[in-house]
Amino acid sequence: MQQFLQQMVNGLSLGSIYALIALGYTMVYGIIRLINFAHGDIYMLGAFAGFFAISAFHLSFIPSLIISMAICALAGMLIKRVAYKPLRTAPRISMLITAIGVSLFLENGGLMVFSPSIRTFPTVFPVKTFSFFGGLVKLTVKDIVVLTVMIVMLILLQYLVYRTKIGKAMRAVSFDKDAASLMGVDVDTTISYTFAIGSALAAVAGVLVGIYYNSVWPLMGIMPGLKAFIAAVLGGIGIIPGAVLGGLLIGVTETLVAGYGNSLYRDGVAFAILIIVLLLRPSGLLGKNQREKV
Amino acid sequence: MDKNSLKKDLIVFAAVVIFYALVQVFIQTGIIGPYYSLNLILMCINIMLAVSLNLINGFLGQFSIGHAGLMSVGAYTSAILTYYYDLPLVVALIVGALAACLAGLVVAIPTLRLKGDYLGIATLGFGEIIRVVFLTNETVGGAKGFFGIPKLTTWTWAFFLMVLTIIVIKNFIDSSYGRSCIAIREDEIAAEAMGINTTKYKILAFTIGAFFAGAAGALYAHNFYTIQPEQFNFMKSFDIMTMVVLGGQGSITGSIIGAIAVTVLNAALSSLAAMRMVFYSLLLIIMMLFRPQGLFGTTEFTLDQVLGRRGRLGKSAGNKASV
Repeated sequence: MQQFLQQMVNGLSLGSIYALIALGYTMVYGIIRLINFAHGDIYMLGAFAGFFAISAFHLSFIPSLIISMAICALAGMLIKRVAYKPLRTAPRISMLITAIGVSLFLENGGLMVFSPSIRTFPTVFPVKTFSFFGGLVKLTVKDIVVLTVMIVMLILLQYLVYRTKIGKAMRAVSFDKDAASLMGVDVDTTISYTFAIGSALAAVAGVLVGIYYNSVWPLMGIMPGLKAFIAAVLGGIGIIPGAVLGGLLIGVTETLVAGYGNSLYRDGVAFAILIIVLLLRPSGLLGKNQREKV
Repeated sequence: MDKNSLKKDLIVFAAVVIFYALVQVFIQTGIIGPYYSLNLILMCINIMLAVSLNLINGFLGQFSIGHAGLMSVGAYTSAILTYYYDLPLVVALIVGALAACLAGLVVAIPTLRLKGDYLGIATLGFGEIIRVVFLTNETVGGAKGFFGIPKLTTWTWAFFLMVLTIIVIKNFIDSSYGRSCIAIREDEIAAEAMGINTTKYKILAFTIGAFFAGAAGALYAHNFYTIQPEQFNFMKSFDIMTMVVLGGQGSITGSIIGAIAVTVLNAALSSLAAMRMVFYSLLLIIMMLFRPQGLFGTTEFTLDQVLGRRGRLGKSAGNKASV
């Protein structure tokens, strides 16, 4: 029981990271129907930005997080401008191949610029454990930070999407691009904002993963990127709460499989979930009830 | 079959045989050293992979990025047969290809209901699951890899299997089956309305593609003494996809040229690993931005063009181009 609860806590922390990445996938897919393969590599960029901000410039957690988010938001907008915008009217397969190209570029560019070695992320928070329920559940400071930041980001995102003008424009464009454009919404700018927000969330995930697992390297984005995409599909792509639910479920399942079974099966489980979901409920867990898409 | 096309087929056949014999003699006499002959074999394997993927991606129009997974099924199955049971390469090749075919069928039946990018992700998922299966199976070496596979792949095997792949796929495309596949690519709903059983043709094309991917995998396994699950991850699938996209989705000649170009670049730039991949990725992006149809688009290089005549698409055009 104690082990199970502990695995759940670890799973939720990992799941929060997947959820943050999945949000970016889901928002971009909702608005331009593109699986942004490069998203996982934006997360890697975010982790490196955080790493340099903390280790080279000796900034504390919050400023590093903000710098990392800003850098990734810019990178996301730049990628959208250079690689995706010219293909807006091209077949979707072209855009998908471009996305794969951008992803490979960032990964291998990262290998060249940052060198392939795994770097140790500096310790930002004190190593301290809190016990709850008479020692049944132990939470480290890191767990608390990851979960808190995820919840804060989620609240901010909900506010942004449902209470601001940009959010309204995003919802309008994802609902009907042409109609939104006729109503005076600047579709192009709105798509740029979506990329920026999604990338900033990936940056948060990157910094958090650096803090949680203490290591960053240029190819760290591949697997989490794919799994976060699976999380987005699991929850129902285009749906914000779905991405969070999917991310948490994938994180927990994976941790339980690694904890009780063979850790080598870890990577296979997420893909098996994906195929089952695609076959049984292609619209995702929350796909039917929620129609609002961003 | 008029007299003229028979003559053209004979020319192509002669050219293929002469090319094969020349290279074989060069290898025998040592003019082409072991490094180059290895790369020539690899080139043949890559052509098989690219042409078979092109059948699925280019002609059928279904986006598959799990080709390396199917290749690994062929590679591991054939390696088990030659390593544990001492069977000859020809048996291992056929069984390996059939195993990949079966795996392709297992992948195809559920996933081909999906469209576009969802299909791509599902095939990628299957490819990764296949990799994890080999990764966790200790009889095939697990994560360390499968060592001690006999080196049975020769230039003769690689070359003639490549020719066979091209002939079978080219003829498939020119048959009514292939035309149905192209109809599905152009407009699935319209094709269905014309009475084409889209599921049947999709599964058929997918399993044929898987068959040759498996055969290529078997050749690959017996060329390098060792295989590892990591060699067949989705990066390898992207590699094959680069060849197809570079040459043009829907052009066999294009895939052949793409595969040759990628193999040559791989060998030439092997000393700068990350740089090479950066170069590829830029190539892929620039290609999509400025020439999304690839070098050849959907056209083929045919003997008629060489002879300055315009005619039907030469049946054996692909063979000629590989020479």
